Amino acid sequence: MKTVFAPTSGMTPVDTSYCPGCSHGIAHRIIMECLEERGALGRAIGVVPIGCAINAHHFMNVDMCESTHGRAPAIAAGIRRVHPDKLVFTYQGDGDLASIGAAEIVHAAHRGEKFTTFFINNAIYGMTGGQMAPTTLIGQRATTAVDGRTVEQAGMPLRVCEMLATIDMAVFVERVMLTNPAQVRRAKAAVHKALDIQEARKGFTFVEFLSACPTNWGYAPVDALKWVEEKMAAYYPVKNFRTVEL
Amino acid sequence: MSKVLMKGNEAFAEAAIRAGCKCYFGYPITPQNEIPEYMSHELPKAGGAFLQAESELAAVNMAYGAAASGGRVFISTSSPGLALMQEGLGFICSAEVPLVALNVSRGGPGVGGIQPGQADYIQVTRGGYNGDAKIPVFAPAGIQECVDLIYECFDIAEEYRNPVLILADGMMGQMMEPVELPPHKGITPVDKISQEKPWAITGTDSHEGRNVIYSLRMQPEVLEKHVEKLFEKYARAEKELTRWNSLSLKDAEVVFVAFGTMSRLCAEAIELLGERGIKAGMIRPISLWPFPDKAFDELDKSTRLVISAELNMGQMLYDVKNAVQGRVEVGLINRTGGVVPSSLEIVERTLKLLEETK
Amino acid sequence: MKYKMFFAGSGGQGTLAMGQMIAKAAMHEGKEVTWLPSYGPEMRGGTANCTVVVSDKPISCPLINEADVLVVMNLPSLLKFEKMVTPGGLLIINSSLVPEKASRDDIRVLEIPANEKATELGNDKAANMIMLGAIIRETSVVRPETVYDELAVMFTGRKEKFLPMNRKALDLYLH
Repeated sequence: MKTVFAPTSGMTPVDTSYCPGCSHGIAHRIIMECLEERGALGRAIGVVPIGCAINAHHFMNVDMCESTHGRAPAIAAGIRRVHPDKLVFTYQGDGDLASIGAAEIVHAAHRGEKFTTFFINNAIYGMTGGQMAPTTLIGQRATTAVDGRTVEQAGMPLRVCEMLATIDMAVFVERVMLTNPAQVRRAKAAVHKALDIQEARKGFTFVEFLSACPTNWGYAPVDALKWVEEKMAAYYPVKNFRTVEL
Repeated sequence: MSKVLMKGNEAFAEAAIRAGCKCYFGYPITPQNEIPEYMSHELPKAGGAFLQAESELAAVNMAYGAAASGGRVFISTSSPGLALMQEGLGFICSAEVPLVALNVSRGGPGVGGIQPGQADYIQVTRGGYNGDAKIPVFAPAGIQECVDLIYECFDIAEEYRNPVLILADGMMGQMMEPVELPPHKGITPVDKISQEKPWAITGTDSHEGRNVIYSLRMQPEVLEKHVEKLFEKYARAEKELTRWNSLSLKDAEVVFVAFGTMSRLCAEAIELLGERGIKAGMIRPISLWPFPDKAFDELDKSTRLVISAELNMGQMLYDVKNAVQGRVEVGLINRTGGVVPSSLEIVERTLKLLEETK
Repeated sequence: MKYKMFFAGSGGQGTLAMGQMIAKAAMHEGKEVTWLPSYGPEMRGGTANCTVVVSDKPISCPLINEADVLVVMNLPSLLKFEKMVTPGGLLIINSSLVPEKASRDDIRVLEIPANEKATELGNDKAANMIMLGAIIRETSVVRPETVYDELAVMFTGRKEKFLPMNRKALDLYLH
C-alpha cells in the first residue's frame, strides 16, 4: 500500500496540550517537518519559552531546554558558544519575546547570533489567561484591558519584524501566518530559508507567525483565523522584510 | 612551580581558564571589570569563548544555555549584578545544571558603593531566588585560596549538578599577592561532552534517547519529589563541603568569626591583642553555606566571648548565634557601606565588648 | 623583617607601578608580599595610592595602620598621609611637586626632586623610577639586582627602547 501521509518523526507521538484552534500545533509541526526534511533532528537544539509553549519540549522530538521568561535568545547564544556546528533555535511567544525578553532578542539580532528564532504572535498572553501583550491590537479586549487596548493607556502595538529589520545583523526577517494551506506552505518555505541561512552562518534569522488564540480571544477557531487575516495582518503585514543571498 | 604576582581579578580569571572553562559571560560592573577584560583576550587563546552580555540577566542565562549543553562555564559579577542573576541561579538549581559564579562584592543596598563589602552574605547564603534551593558558597581570604577554590569548584559544581558561588570582595579583586597557578586541565572537546555529561543537550545524534533540561513541574507531588531530591544533594553537600579554618582557639578568651577580608583584619587584631596579653582566636568559615556549625564544638572552655566580625550590619551573626547555641556570649564588630575598619579599631571594640561581658 | 609601605600620588604619576616593582622584586627574593591599591571611579588625575607589605612571614593583613615608609608624589598626599608614618619611620617626598616641608620631627625625611631630575634626563615620566632608586637605597627592602631584573621584564618587546632611560633614572639615587 502506498503511504500518502505519515506524521513527522520530528514530533513525539503524543497529543499536544494546546487548545482547539490554537496555531502552536501547526507551527510546531512545520518547524519539525523542516528539520526532518533537512536530516537535522539529531543535531538540533531548541529552547522553549515561558508561556503556553513551555510544553513544546514534550512535542518537539529534539534535545531542548526550558528558559527563564524572555531569556531564550541569551540561552541559545550560550548553547551556540559550545556547539558552533549544531542547529539552534528558540521558540517564543509575544509576551516572552516582545515584552520581558525585548532586550535579549534585540541583542541576539544585533550580535548576529547564528540561531533562528520562531516567534508566535497571537496578540495576547495565553498561558496566564488573556492579559494584554505588547502586540495586542488597539481596541482588542484583554483581561487587563477589558474595554479594549487604548493608545493613551498602552501605546501602539509593537511590530517586532519591522524593529528587527532595522538591525544589520538580522539577515533574515519574515512574517508569515498560519490561516490556510497556502499560507502554511509559505510559512514552511520561510522556515527552510531561515535554517538555510543559519547553516550558512550568515547571521541572525527570524520568522514571525501570526497565530490564533481562540480561547483567550473568545472566538470560535474558524472566526479566530478570519480575525488573523483581517485584523492582525492589516497591522502586521505578512511579508519578507530582509533576506540574504546564499 | 614559580609564583607570579597577580591582581586578584586577573588571577581568578586565569584560574577558571586553567580549570578548563569553555565559556565566560559577563557584564561590566566595578570592582570586577578586570575579569571580563582578561577573559576577552585570554579565553579565546585557550580555545574558549568570551561573550559580553547585554545585562547580567542575559549573562546568567547565556551561562545556563552553555552549561546545559555541556560546556564548563564561569560567570562573575558584583553585588547588584548578582541580584539580577538570582532568578537565573534559582532556575539553574532547579534544572540541575552546573556552573561557577564569582561575586566580587561591594557595599549596598541598591547601587551602593564600589568599596569592599560583605553585605551580600544573606543574598549568597539564602539566595535571592524563589523556591527551595541552595547554592554552596565559598569565601576565600586571599588570592591563592580564591584561585584554588575557583579551580576546584568546577568539579564540585559538576559532581552536584548545581551552581557553586564564590564570594570574594573588592579588596581581594584589586589586591595583588603571589600566586602559584594550577596546571591547565584543557577544555573538553565538543564531541566528548556527552560521554562526560550524558544529560547535556548536545543533539540526539550524540547520545541515547532525548535530553530535555527543564524546571516546570505542574503537579505538586512531582515538584515536591523533585525538591526532595535536590535536598538529598544539599544534605550531602552539608557533609562534604563544610569547610573552615581555626586559629589559636586553645586558651582563647575571645574568638572572632570572620571570613574573607574581615578575617585578614581579625588575624592582625589577634596579634595586637596578644601584645596586650589577651588571648584571641578565630574561626574562619570558608564555606558560608554550608555554615561550619561543627567548628564551634572546638571552642575552648576558656572562651567567654565569640565575636562575629563582618563588613555589613551583622548578617552572619544569625548563623554564628545558631552555631554557638547559647554556650557563650556572642557580640558583633562591624562596619558597612564599604568602610573597612582598621585592626586597631577591632582591638578597641573587642576590649570594650570584653569589658561589657565581664 | 617586615616593611609596611605606603605610596601616594595622583593618577598618571606611576605611583602604583612603584609599589608593584617593589612587591614583585620582593616576591622574587622569596619574601611574602601584598600590594593593595585604593580604587575609585576616576581613571586619570584622581588620587592613586597603594599599600605594600613585605615580610619574611605570611602577611596576616594587607591593610596597614601605620607606615614604616611613606612615599608622597604630590602635596595633597603629604598633607593627608604624613601622620601615618611610624615614629622613627621614613618619609620620602617628591620635592619637585611638594613645595612644603614635612611638619613632623620624629621621622626621617628625604626630599628627592624627582620631576626636575627626570626632566634633566629627558623623560618626565621617569620620576617614579627616580623615587624608586631612592626608596631602595634608603630601605634595602629589595636588592638592586632584583629590581634591574624586574625592570627588564617590564620593558620588553615594543617597550624595550625605554629600558636604558628608566635604568638611568633608577640608578640616579640607587647607589
